Amino acid sequence: MPLPILATNNWYDFRDLSNFSRLILENLDKILPHGIVYVVAVLLGFVASFLIFVLPSQLIVGVYGERKLIGRIQSRYGPNRVGPFGLLQPIADAVKLMQKESLMPLRGDVIVMNIAPLIFVAPCVLLFAVIPFGPRMIIGNIPSALIYFIAVSGLPVLAAFMAGWGSDNKYSLFGAMRIVAMSISYEVPLVLALLGVVLFTGTLSLQGMVFWQRDLNIWIAFAQPLSFAIYFIAVGAELNRTPTDIAEAESEIVAGYLTEYSGMKWGLFYGMDIGYALAASAFAATVFLGGWSFFGLDKWVPPWLIIVTKTQLFYMIFIWTRGTLPRLRVDQLMAFAWKFMLPIAIANLFVLATERMMWVRAFDADLKFVWVFVPINLLFTAGVVFAWARFLGYRPENTPRKARLVNQAGGFIPLGGAKGETRP
Amino acid sequence: MLHEYGNIGILAIIALIFPAGAVVTSWAMTFMGMRPKVFQDPVKKDTYECGVRTEGESLVQFNFRFYYIALLFVLFDVEIIFLFPWALEMAKLGWRAYFEGLGFVGILSLGILYAWRKRALEWR
Repeated sequence: MPLPILATNNWYDFRDLSNFSRLILENLDKILPHGIVYVVAVLLGFVASFLIFVLPSQLIVGVYGERKLIGRIQSRYGPNRVGPFGLLQPIADAVKLMQKESLMPLRGDVIVMNIAPLIFVAPCVLLFAVIPFGPRMIIGNIPSALIYFIAVSGLPVLAAFMAGWGSDNKYSLFGAMRIVAMSISYEVPLVLALLGVVLFTGTLSLQGMVFWQRDLNIWIAFAQPLSFAIYFIAVGAELNRTPTDIAEAESEIVAGYLTEYSGMKWGLFYGMDIGYALAASAFAATVFLGGWSFFGLDKWVPPWLIIVTKTQLFYMIFIWTRGTLPRLRVDQLMAFAWKFMLPIAIANLFVLATERMMWVRAFDADLKFVWVFVPINLLFTAGVVFAWARFLGYRPENTPRKARLVNQAGGFIPLGGAKGETRP
Repeated sequence: MLHEYGNIGILAIIALIFPAGAVVTSWAMTFMGMRPKVFQDPVKKDTYECGVRTEGESLVQFNFRFYYIALLFVLFDVEIIFLFPWALEMAKLGWRAYFEGLGFVGILSLGILYAWRKRALEWR
């Protein structure tokens, strides 16, 4: 299939790595039966995506970069002992986790506890099957990729609940209940936001969405800023990152569903937390930020390099929020999901559906007119967020500008220290 | 088209072998002398509870609000599954599909207003 994006189909054209893999597969097809070559093709895709994306992201950005950045945010150095600048820290961590003793509590359910890490890891690998790394670099180019992604990203919640239930520990059970409740609460606004994207693009295939954004020279993040904001907040909550990590809040419930895990099984949970964050970042980069296209730059720069860069820059925002925001309480999080995010997501859906109908009827489905909706949606986003926050009781003008004493703010001071009187 | 789903099926097998390999390698290191022998100790293998002996059953009572949340989630998740085909085809079907789809969302929004009014969303 000749594509206008690529200059050549030669194997040495590394702007599209599928050229190279096709060379290997065509030569293998001459000596091996077809069935085995079919399996090798998937293995090749797995190894390639592992080498160009998962390994550098997981080790350098995920483990090392996250600890280093959070260290700098909190005025410390972060890892700096193992290797130059501490760059070998993730490898040292992996070796340590492999060697650690794997404790199994006597009261725990052996089968459920041992299967849970496997079920937690497998969906993360499967999520990358539908992420397009280039015009032809995609493992499973299925037409219902968006539904597939939503469905598979719901599976780790089951594994986390299995881990919490099988551990037979009170803290694990509380953590498991919390992770299920929070994931399903934030799933609703998240999928409503993605519904708005489907309304505009008219396709469920992620590759189709990238082509839509590339043809119109616009990112959906600009056309639908509210969908993008809802996606970012909701996916951050589903991933249990720090502003919303009530499922493993160590000051309340020791480590949540991971309390009884140690050794490599704990390491799989820890590593795949980063893996899911990377998968969500790659999904956001694909759906909202243009995927492997970058306003014509994808003719010259390899497309797979563009999406890896976008994913890691998006992941940096996750690290930033993790380093700067304090943890929220469980009641605040639930109220935020159901009372704030869900109503504005429904309002967003109404507006986007109306715009889509206007687009088809009034503008005769002319694709250029998507730019008309950019300022409208930006104004709508600012308006609806502010108006709904006011409706729910947000009063910024009542916030005190300077520091007050406790008794001036109406607080309670024990031991008779009221009326501004100072005690020795 | 169907072989794309086959790719994902093969990837599912790889995805299960990958974590199992990590756990099995970690377990096999015991026999290669790279990992200490595990000492069986009833105190060490007891359930963790802040350093003291475990009291009672672990399947304790939890907040009944989780039940409300699950019910509301089922309501909205089923709604959204119906809305995906609508979102794909709304522009072709015209104004009638538009009003029907948004009417459906509106009726379900009355459901969450009812739950809100009945204080099912308060967490205390």
